[in-house]
Amino acid sequence: MVSDEADRPAGTRTRVSAFLFRHPRLRLGGLLGVPGLWFLVIYLGALVVMYATAFWHLDAFTGLVVKQFSLSNFKRIVDVPVYRTVILRTAGIAAAVALTDIVLGFPVAYYAARLAPARRRTAVLIAIVLPLWANYLVRIFAWKLILSPGGLLEWLFAKAGMHVTIGSSLVAVWIVFCYLWLPYVILPIYAALERVPGSLLEASSDLGARGWRTFRKVVFPLIIPGIVAGSIFAFSLTLGDYIVVQLVGKSAFIGNVIYDSVGIANDIPFAAAFALVPLAIMSIYLFVAWRLGAFEAL
Amino acid sequence: MESRAVSLAIRVGTGLVLACLYVPLLIVVIYSFNNSVSQTWPITSFTTRYYFFAWHDPDVRTALATSLTVALIATLLAFFLGSLAAFAVHRFRFFGRNTVSFVLVLPIALPGILTGIALNTAFNNYAIPFGVLTIILGHTTFCIVVVYNNVLARLRRTGGSQVEASMDLGADGWQTFRYITWPVIRTAVIAGMLLAFALSFDEIVVTNFTSGTELTIPKFIYNNLRQPRNRPVVNVVAVVVLLVMFIPVYIAQRLAGAEAGTAAGRRATLRSETEPGL
Repeated sequence: MVSDEADRPAGTRTRVSAFLFRHPRLRLGGLLGVPGLWFLVIYLGALVVMYATAFWHLDAFTGLVVKQFSLSNFKRIVDVPVYRTVILRTAGIAAAVALTDIVLGFPVAYYAARLAPARRRTAVLIAIVLPLWANYLVRIFAWKLILSPGGLLEWLFAKAGMHVTIGSSLVAVWIVFCYLWLPYVILPIYAALERVPGSLLEASSDLGARGWRTFRKVVFPLIIPGIVAGSIFAFSLTLGDYIVVQLVGKSAFIGNVIYDSVGIANDIPFAAAFALVPLAIMSIYLFVAWRLGAFEAL
Repeated sequence: MESRAVSLAIRVGTGLVLACLYVPLLIVVIYSFNNSVSQTWPITSFTTRYYFFAWHDPDVRTALATSLTVALIATLLAFFLGSLAAFAVHRFRFFGRNTVSFVLVLPIALPGILTGIALNTAFNNYAIPFGVLTIILGHTTFCIVVVYNNVLARLRRTGGSQVEASMDLGADGWQTFRYITWPVIRTAVIAGMLLAFALSFDEIVVTNFTSGTELTIPKFIYNNLRQPRNRPVVNVVAVVVLLVMFIPVYIAQRLAGAEAGTAAGRRATLRSETEPGL
């Protein structure tokens, strides 16, 4: 490979090349060193600091952080009933959002995977994903415009002879979350549906099963991992969000407790401790999903 | 296997859901021409004057300058770090290789608030003042994976025989990179950078925790959404942001095809062989 370097005048560049070629470890270090260091110092370091901070606490009189091991933050999360309500509310809405998005997303995923001709399929997939790149705040803002009193939705209902105002409420939060995360749910379901072999469907129909039966007995079991994968997105993203509730909601979610602990109370140790709550919920959820084989569908 | 009725129902359902994805964005565009400060429907009179207001708003200008600076620098940093990591993972077998993808994707895979609060606690702890620098540090951290995934996907697809051929023909490392590797990965790199730019320009969840009092465009929208007085300007900025976001994403999609952000989705792009967290 580089053995012919002796045949021609070896420039510095050639020699450097050859040297590096003979020392792969050095090349690896050169490539991975800087990005590795960046992540180690800035990101993983930050996660460790956060984890440590969760075990510190705020001095009640001075308002300063006491860097001493204590479980007081966790005790507070368990003991104060409001936090339990917040956690249950968040998990409940997160589950409702995941379920709604699966129901809404399924026809789109099915159409793209099995009914649409090739060109149309690409167009549909792009149409699903493009809204994700629209600014996240703008997408929430759009719904604020639609749902607010005197807005488009109220007007539409009035046309139909009904008086409905959603305004800022848990329903509004649910609608906005469903809207925001829908593409994330559609894509894994689409991927799972696309992978169902056509031969299985033919076999099922040869054996006399009608459409619904084939779907229930053949297609559905095969796409469960995709559905679970989609629900992971909807669930995880809802658990970590604080902005939707601030803009269209009234009652606090997990994210709001964390955000307000930093912004208003300036109690960073408690915020760090509370941030471990969604992490714990997600770990359990991911473990169950992993057992159901959801990761293969990503 | 679908009967005619089922197939029709699925088509109608798809149409409705896709319409629901786009109607709200259309509503924002329509409202940006609303003459009235009140935001009731239907809109009675239209104007373009708020576009001029927005253009001359000092806060919008500062925010735009900061957002562009941050996005440019974060994209460049992500380009270097992401490409280096992609080459390392593609070319070498080493201990911990499988965890690289996992670690790189964490800032996006974990709920944004965790990344935000982790960075916030760390910066606080090391007494680093919040400002443009801390925003850039945060944005770069979650932009790296976008470049990394695009470049790695392209490298995997092309295989190593061309590189070997080049070296057999006597090219040194630089020449091989310049004439073989770079032309192959160029569009993937550019696509990754465009997506990283869009991601940074758009970010609010983490930025809220790392920016202190510094204003970015999403932060401007966020701060003013709850102030009715500024709503018309917010409407306009929202529309401009929509346009600014779609252009780089569209180009990236054309450049890199299915492997770029679009077909796989913003988060789903991040899938790679070791990905457990997504």
